[in-house]
Amino acid sequence: MTNIYLTDYETLPEKVGQVFQLNGEEIVLFRLTNGEVRAIENRSPHPKGGTLSEGLVSGEYVFCPVYDWKISLIDGKVQAPDEGKVKIYPVERDKEQVFIVK
Amino acid sequence: MSKKKLVMIGNGMAGVRTVEEILKLAPEAFQITIFGHESHPNYNRIQLSTVLQGDTTVEDIIMNSWEWYKENEIELFTGEAIVAIDTNKKEVISDKGRIVAYDELIIATGSSSFILPIPGADKQGVTGFRDIQDCETMIKSSKLYKKAAVIGGGLLGLEAARGLLNLGMEVDVIHLMPDLMERQLDSTASKMLKDELEAQGMNFIMEKQTAEIIGEDRVTGLRFTDGTEIEADLVVMAVGIRSNTSVAKESGIYVNRGIVVNDFMETSVPNIFAVGECAEHRELVYGLVAPLYEQGKVLAATLCGVETKPYEGSIVGTGLKVSGVDLFSAGEIEDDKHTKSIKVHNEFDGVYKKIVIRDNRISGIVLYGDTKDSSRLFKMLVNKEDVSGMTSVSILESGCCGGAAGSNDIASMADDEIVCGCNGVSKGTIVQAIQTKELTSVDEVGACTNAGRSCGRCKSQIADILAYTLGDKFKEADKKIALCGCTTLSRDEVVAEIKEKGLTSVKEVMNVLGWQQEEGCTKCRPAVNYYLGMIHQDQYKDDRDSRLVNEKMHANIQKDGTYSVIPRMYGGVTSAEDLKKIAEVAEKYDVPLVKLTGGQRIGLYGIKKEDLPAVWEDLGMDSGYAYGKTLRTVKTCVGAKFCRYGTQDSMGLGIELEKKFERLDTPHKVKMGVSACPRNCAEAGIKDFGVVGIDGGWEIYVAGNGGTDLRAGDLFATVKTKEEVIELIGAFMQYYRETANYLERTSKWVERVGLDHVKEFLADEKTRKALNERLDKTLLKYNEPWSEAIEKKEIQEKYYQKREVPVLV
Ligand code: SRM
Ligand SMILES: Cc1cc2nc3c(=O)[nH]c(=O)nc-3n(C[C@H](O)[C@H](O)[C@H](O)COP(=O)(O)OP(=O)(O)OC[C@H]3O[C@@H](n4cnc5c(N)ncnc54)[C@H](O)[C@@H]3O)c2cc1C
Ligand code: SF4
Ligand code: FES
Repeated sequence: MTNIYLTDYETLPEKVGQVFQLNGEEIVLFRLTNGEVRAIENRSPHPKGGTLSEGLVSGEYVFCPVYDWKISLIDGKVQAPDEGKVKIYPVERDKEQVFIVK
Repeated sequence: MSKKKLVMIGNGMAGVRTVEEILKLAPEAFQITIFGHESHPNYNRIQLSTVLQGDTTVEDIIMNSWEWYKENEIELFTGEAIVAIDTNKKEVISDKGRIVAYDELIIATGSSSFILPIPGADKQGVTGFRDIQDCETMIKSSKLYKKAAVIGGGLLGLEAARGLLNLGMEVDVIHLMPDLMERQLDSTASKMLKDELEAQGMNFIMEKQTAEIIGEDRVTGLRFTDGTEIEADLVVMAVGIRSNTSVAKESGIYVNRGIVVNDFMETSVPNIFAVGECAEHRELVYGLVAPLYEQGKVLAATLCGVETKPYEGSIVGTGLKVSGVDLFSAGEIEDDKHTKSIKVHNEFDGVYKKIVIRDNRISGIVLYGDTKDSSRLFKMLVNKEDVSGMTSVSILESGCCGGAAGSNDIASMADDEIVCGCNGVSKGTIVQAIQTKELTSVDEVGACTNAGRSCGRCKSQIADILAYTLGDKFKEADKKIALCGCTTLSRDEVVAEIKEKGLTSVKEVMNVLGWQQEEGCTKCRPAVNYYLGMIHQDQYKDDRDSRLVNEKMHANIQKDGTYSVIPRMYGGVTSAEDLKKIAEVAEKYDVPLVKLTGGQRIGLYGIKKEDLPAVWEDLGMDSGYAYGKTLRTVKTCVGAKFCRYGTQDSMGLGIELEKKFERLDTPHKVKMGVSACPRNCAEAGIKDFGVVGIDGGWEIYVAGNGGTDLRAGDLFATVKTKEEVIELIGAFMQYYRETANYLERTSKWVERVGLDHVKEFLADEKTRKALNERLDKTLLKYNEPWSEAIEKKEIQEKYYQKREVPVLV
């Protein structure tokens, strides 16, 4: 397990996903209204695919911008009536910096 | 057997209800003719207060549509008054000279506002408050004048005053007595009411008698008997009503204060009946609908030869239809030596209750601030229940502060308890209708049982009964009207709350209005953001992050997460220079698809998000908003500049329209088309706004749609100049913006509110002017979004960057 530095906390706008390209993998960081930072894979769990970074963020959920599925940013679970799961990455952070754990 | 001829004078609430009852009992018995002095079908007069207060429209208060009369084969003459009855020949004669014979005649002429016989009462700007026309007079005056005086501090006066405040006028209420509504309230309740209304902005001038209305042609003020004066440019007289009895009287029917009737509503002349506010029964003339509807029932039975209990008079309860005021009153309100009363006065919560008890029976009720007990107490009063065995706590079940109303209260209600006082409908009747007819909404209950169709006060209780009877099924039905699952409020409620409470941000709306999901969802966030922008016009700061992907990114997302870029090409007209730029960009960014769109312009598809700002910069063209809930394109035909059939400059007008309306937020997308002759090569007939040039003018079509539900536009107007086209489209557009549900296209909106209504509403030049002013003010706030993104580094970083993370292996 390693901590990979992604960015400084202050560069993250509230409620707007930021995309990080990491070895061919795309990760989105969401800074929630309560200040927490969450990281998920930038891929809609919908069978047709698509991205998640431009989704609307509400509390600890993001809505898939392409098919409007509601996804928990805590465990990656798609909310009923839809089903599925997005990959979640643990986030580590000190005062200034944000890392993900891989 | 030929039908009997039934004629009715008066097309108002009591009369038409009687006819409805007759049709229920004996649909084939009569050939019915109705004369109505007003030019409307029967409407809910009670709701005029609500119309004046701006909470509903004249259209919405119609109770019996023109079709209803047709379907029931009723011959209706509106705008026509009966001036004489020939009781020998059994004929009525109208002011247009029409003579109609009757076998049975109902007089249901209601009453008129009592206009004080003082000097100046005939000046312009003096009105009563009785019918649609009075309402329209007030609404019109409010646009031109500022100061209103309402004479009379009773029910009608206060409801009128509240309406005038909503219309933006300053309002003085002049009252003869020391207490408001002194016939319904004791002085404690009256004082509480006055305080509340003063807080709402009403000014009271108490214990003054008006002596004269001053002014030249139009009123400019009032003079009181003590010589003092006030200024006023609108005077509403709400000092009482007078039964309309003159026709009856002149025809030899016995009239006292009203047309005198017996317990079967028969007048002194055979085959002539009276019902409603024009009738006097056992020396009483009623001014509320509940007793009039009871009279109507008895009269209908009498006419149909069905056995009926006689009408023996009614006890009435009243409320006041002013928001923020909850009051109920019935029976005697003052104590005397022989009464004992229960009084609870909770000043902290603004609740006051007084129950007057005489001979161990409730004889009077005054409730202020909490009226939950009203129907139960009122029933006890009407039934003369003996309360000697009860404690004051059990009489006043909801206590001194009022518990929460809800299913529990409904469960404990007896089946025969009256829910709708106006229409005498009990809980049992409503529950039964819900169960047997599978009703799911308050309106449906109204349609089946009449409950809630008059003053509307009982509607919340009907909703509680629905919830109680249907359980979870009601919640499902309920969701249809709520904005989304995050709230129980409907679109109109949310809009009203935003205005009333002055809410200014999406967050504040969701906080203050108790959203279940704190930050909303993809249904309500964009909707609330839209409503805020619509209400606060130029002052609202758009919440970009409450918009969905396309509008947030100012480009249309595609299935693989890339975007399309569609620049403006005003009116579908382009130039070699622009075409070159598009070609260069397509090459430079290796754009996978270049296509002509269905909206007469060129789209570049498959562009990466991080390239968007650079693509826009290289293009140097404005956004075509092919992604927005706003004006999309204005399709044009080539028109008179080149085409041999063209009668007008369609391209010119199209470009002008597109430039004027681009970027404006609208409930849903809006498309336009302009053709220069009826061959209509721009397909203007299936656009939200379609303009077709004709020789010497333009036809304007509205509410067309070429999408999911194909709909041909309706011809809205034919005008001479393009300035008129723009003015009308502007007014229509703004009215749509202000009243449509978010995500409702013009086609659906027009079908919902009715084309005639929109036509009627926009017929008034001043209304159109005001709409256009609000529209123009809103239009000022927009910036071109692509150049904004190019100029502002913050926007690029926030929305369009993708960061590479170097990974050390
Ligand atoms: C680009 C275009 C197709 C094309 O290649 O020609 C298009 C593309 C889309 N249309 Fe359309 N419509 C396009 C002209 C039309 C037309 C024809 C017209 O405007 O003359 C119609 C029917 C006319 C009408 O709206 O009355 C049309 C009716 C729809 C509808 C159904 C709307 C309705 O009320 O029934 C939708 C769905 C919606 O908006 O909810 C839709 C939705 C869409 C979306 C935005 C779907 C989406 O949310 O992703 C498409 C985006 C594709 C993309 O990858 O960018 N599109 N769409 C056309 C853009 C015109 C332009 O220059 O702006
Ligand atoms: C602003 C307002 C608020 C009210 N609020 C309430 C409330 O909250 N609760 C409540 O119970 N009641 C309320 N009322 C009272 C209620 O509206 C009346 O009691 C009811 O409308 C009376 O019905 P009606 O049929 O007797 O008379 P109307 O409804 O007045 O109908 C009589 C009709 O006959 C027509 N007419 C008269 N003379 C002739 C003629 N010679 N030929 C042809 N037509 C003629 C009139 O133009 C009129 O349209 C309110 C009234 C007003 C004005
Ligand atoms: S609509 Fe008429 S004027 Fe326009 S191009 Fe077609 S034929 Fe010519
Ligand atoms: S109580 Fe007035 S409509 Fe029901």
